[in-house]
Amino acid sequence: MSTAKSAGAAGSRSRSFGDRVSGLPTPVKVILVIAFALLLYLLPIINPPILSTPDTDFGGVLLTVTLYVLVALGLNIVVGYAGLLDLGYVGFYAVGAYGIAVLTSQQASWPFLLALPVAVLAALVSGVILGGPTLRVRGDYLAIVTLGFGEIIRLIAVNSESLGAAAGIPDVGGPPSIELFEVPHLTWDGWVATLDLDDTSVFLEFSVVDLIPFYWLTLTVVFLVIWADIRVKDSRVGRAWEACREDEDAAELMGVPTFKFKLLAFAMGAFIGGLSGALYAGKQGFISPNSFLLLYSILFLAAVVIGGQGNRWGVIVGAVLVAYLPERFREFTEWRVLVFGLALMLLAIFRPQGLLPPRRTVRARRAEHEIETLEEGDKAHG
Amino acid sequence: MAERLLEVDDVTLRFGGVVALDQVSFHIDEGEILGLIGPNGAGKTTCFNVTTGVYQATSGDVRFRGESLAGRKRFSITKLGIARTFQNIRLFNSMTALENVMVGADAQHSTGVFSALFRLPRHRREEERGHTRALELLRLVGIEQRADELAVNLSYGDQRRLEIARALATEPQLLCLDEPAAGFNPAEKAKLMELIRTIRDTGYTVLLIEHDMRLVMGVTDRIVVLEFGRKIAEGSPAQVQDDPAVIAAYLGVDEDAADG
Amino acid sequence: MGYLLDNFFTLTITGLSLGAIYSLVALGYTLVYGVLQLINFAHSEVFMYGGFAAVWTVYALGGGSGDSLVTVIGMLLAALVVAMTVSGGVALLLERVAYRRLRKHNAPRLIALISAIGASFVLAELMGLRDKIAGFFGLSDPLRPYVRNARDSTGFAEIIEVKRLFTLGDYQVSNVDLLVITSALVMMLLLDLFVARTRFGRGIRAVAQDPEAAALMGVNSDRTVQLTFLLGGLMAGAAAVLYVIKIGSIRFDTGFLLGVKAFTAAVLGGIGNLRGALVGGLVLGLAENYGSALIGTEWRDVVAFTLLVVILLFRPTGLLGESLAKART
Repeated sequence: MSTAKSAGAAGSRSRSFGDRVSGLPTPVKVILVIAFALLLYLLPIINPPILSTPDTDFGGVLLTVTLYVLVALGLNIVVGYAGLLDLGYVGFYAVGAYGIAVLTSQQASWPFLLALPVAVLAALVSGVILGGPTLRVRGDYLAIVTLGFGEIIRLIAVNSESLGAAAGIPDVGGPPSIELFEVPHLTWDGWVATLDLDDTSVFLEFSVVDLIPFYWLTLTVVFLVIWADIRVKDSRVGRAWEACREDEDAAELMGVPTFKFKLLAFAMGAFIGGLSGALYAGKQGFISPNSFLLLYSILFLAAVVIGGQGNRWGVIVGAVLVAYLPERFREFTEWRVLVFGLALMLLAIFRPQGLLPPRRTVRARRAEHEIETLEEGDKAHG
Repeated sequence: MAERLLEVDDVTLRFGGVVALDQVSFHIDEGEILGLIGPNGAGKTTCFNVTTGVYQATSGDVRFRGESLAGRKRFSITKLGIARTFQNIRLFNSMTALENVMVGADAQHSTGVFSALFRLPRHRREEERGHTRALELLRLVGIEQRADELAVNLSYGDQRRLEIARALATEPQLLCLDEPAAGFNPAEKAKLMELIRTIRDTGYTVLLIEHDMRLVMGVTDRIVVLEFGRKIAEGSPAQVQDDPAVIAAYLGVDEDAADG
Repeated sequence: MGYLLDNFFTLTITGLSLGAIYSLVALGYTLVYGVLQLINFAHSEVFMYGGFAAVWTVYALGGGSGDSLVTVIGMLLAALVVAMTVSGGVALLLERVAYRRLRKHNAPRLIALISAIGASFVLAELMGLRDKIAGFFGLSDPLRPYVRNARDSTGFAEIIEVKRLFTLGDYQVSNVDLLVITSALVMMLLLDLFVARTRFGRGIRAVAQDPEAAALMGVNSDRTVQLTFLLGGLMAGAAAVLYVIKIGSIRFDTGFLLGVKAFTAAVLGGIGNLRGALVGGLVLGLAENYGSALIGTEWRDVVAFTLLVVILLFRPTGLLGESLAKART
């Protein structure tokens, strides 16, 4: 990279945390990632004092946060990557949830693992059906149409006896349990932790009493989705999405089949949304149409907007904020719609690129890192 | 015998009551550099838009290598072999220069979600090819240095050159440049003329809209002159320069000759 | 079907009166869209605040059932003035806070829409949390009648005695119906005249058609935009008074559903077209009634949303199709 010299003439610059992290050698990075992931799995077991939620089950809170992260990742593909403002995303979530509920409850009694792919497929198909006619429509009209669809789905659910109407559907099935071993929790007395052998989580027993195994399941799904997201984004598909978002007409003239890729984004978003809904239904044990109000679409959107233009890590941070804060600070719950509505406004007006710093590509960071190594080498040799 | 690449055949374009193009006919042969000039409002960009599929002609036909462009989707016209740049730069601002060009190169690719997800050979092959080709083209237009800069952060001149690289990445046969020298100083214009000649020598055919007469006269093989949507002259630079109809059309707009 | 025919006149008259309210609110959407190409998502809250203003005015004036006709008219007029002022004010505030900066910076429309959505929720929640907010400032006691039960509905006391005036087919037309329909038509006529005949109205049409040319002609675009928002707000305030008279109550989240329906009406008639807003509203009101008569009242809202989706997908230019810019003198 001899071209690095001219670009590096500015001398050493302060490196952001992100730069420093990506500058580390690969084996170290792999170990850090694994360690961090392990920490996340163990978080509800460790139950640390400041993070933990005193009045609510911490495991349940982490599960809710993880579900929000999953939804936000899906919505990020539609809104963040492809630039399609979808205000009815909660509709896909609802299709996934109702799919599981209808198939596993009293009437049909399918096993969860069989119902899951069917429900998710239904969400995927609904994404394609919705996307087909609507993606030809102009940006802000698309937003309103998707909002309309989200509400239509909810209203159908509320008014259909076969879908439980306003009462919803009880007795939703969950994933099958296998009891392998028990993991004791930590309890804290101030800053002292002790292993409490009576308070344990069973690996893997899915029940409404202990939500931690559900959390482990959902967290695993999140990791898989992040993996898939990284793979797909850094490819022709991801580039096509960004091009569509930046300037759709120019993209078409550069040979990008924009409709196809927009539909793909919609379908993938619907898939992930449906998957989240299915997991939600499984963990709740029942569903009611009130879980699929428009305001959830807005909260999901806030998570994505906080993250900025398609930045998956920012979106995760956004989702964590949107989901965790109301749970950690219970008094905050009443204010959350107001606060996140305000966040949407302020971000849109003052910082539409999101809270996190603008992105640098992997290559750009690597190039900068090489410049710095070169410069340091030059200095060392005098 | 050079192939007749593009044939604009008696094209008329109406917008409501306005006739933007009136029975315009001209052709471009393979390997030519054709200039499209005319006073402001003559319909040059409109004509461009018809040849690149942005607008559909109200009557008449545009044929590329014998195939009619009528009713084709825009991205399929690009696949046929026509690429363009824009009068007001339209880059993908949040993407780097390299990525912008790679989007162009992707026009030739077919990697989908599945290939990308599992890093199948097709994905890896196409990424490699796209990356290499993009760097090549950035080098050709002279901005290889800036490969990893975000398009929005490039200088104006570099942005214009990036657009050309991106258009070339779609592997066109006909490259349409819409005022590529707008805002350039004389030195940059000279470099651009060099670049256009190099592009033609590499094997591309070029259709060029420009206001700078010196540039047009210096780099084109033939010129078509439009005024109020009609073709008023066609011929070599020398012929067009002396054509009384052309002079009359530009009468009072002499600053173009005095310019740059 | 039988139900529809048996109750045709009921459905029609009530549909028209509700539709008239939709039309008034739709005017706000269509005006702003015509001038700025912006969907003012928060217009629904402009309406809602007007509704509360009307209710509180009547309450503050001590309205109750059994008041004389003169008193009632006086109170309603007062409510109208206050509501229109409040709604107009909220609309201007919205323009200043949520949109102006974005307009100056030529922000992409989607960003403006996100700001609009945020503003909508902020305004609605401020009303829905007014008891907590008042408590914060120690105003719970003095403002109690106005801020308690923030999440519940509020309404007029029964100040208007609903009188059945005459019969049309199966329906006994009431004074409320007549009041609503005629008031709405009068307001719309006034607005139409204002836009068509006055200098300010011409300014609006000019900016809608070609902002740059308008600027060159000396039209102050900032003022024009403010005026546009103000007019929409005034209409929404009037609509809110009529709404509370007809429906009887208002709540912090009433705006959303009504706003979507009014927006549907605007698009239905042709967004950017004032007369389209009138036509769209009336058509929507009728469609909702006939539709729910045919498939069940619980599907009423689905009719509106479905109509919205269908229009946007298949005929986004609407029934009348023209734009604000081309309104005739």
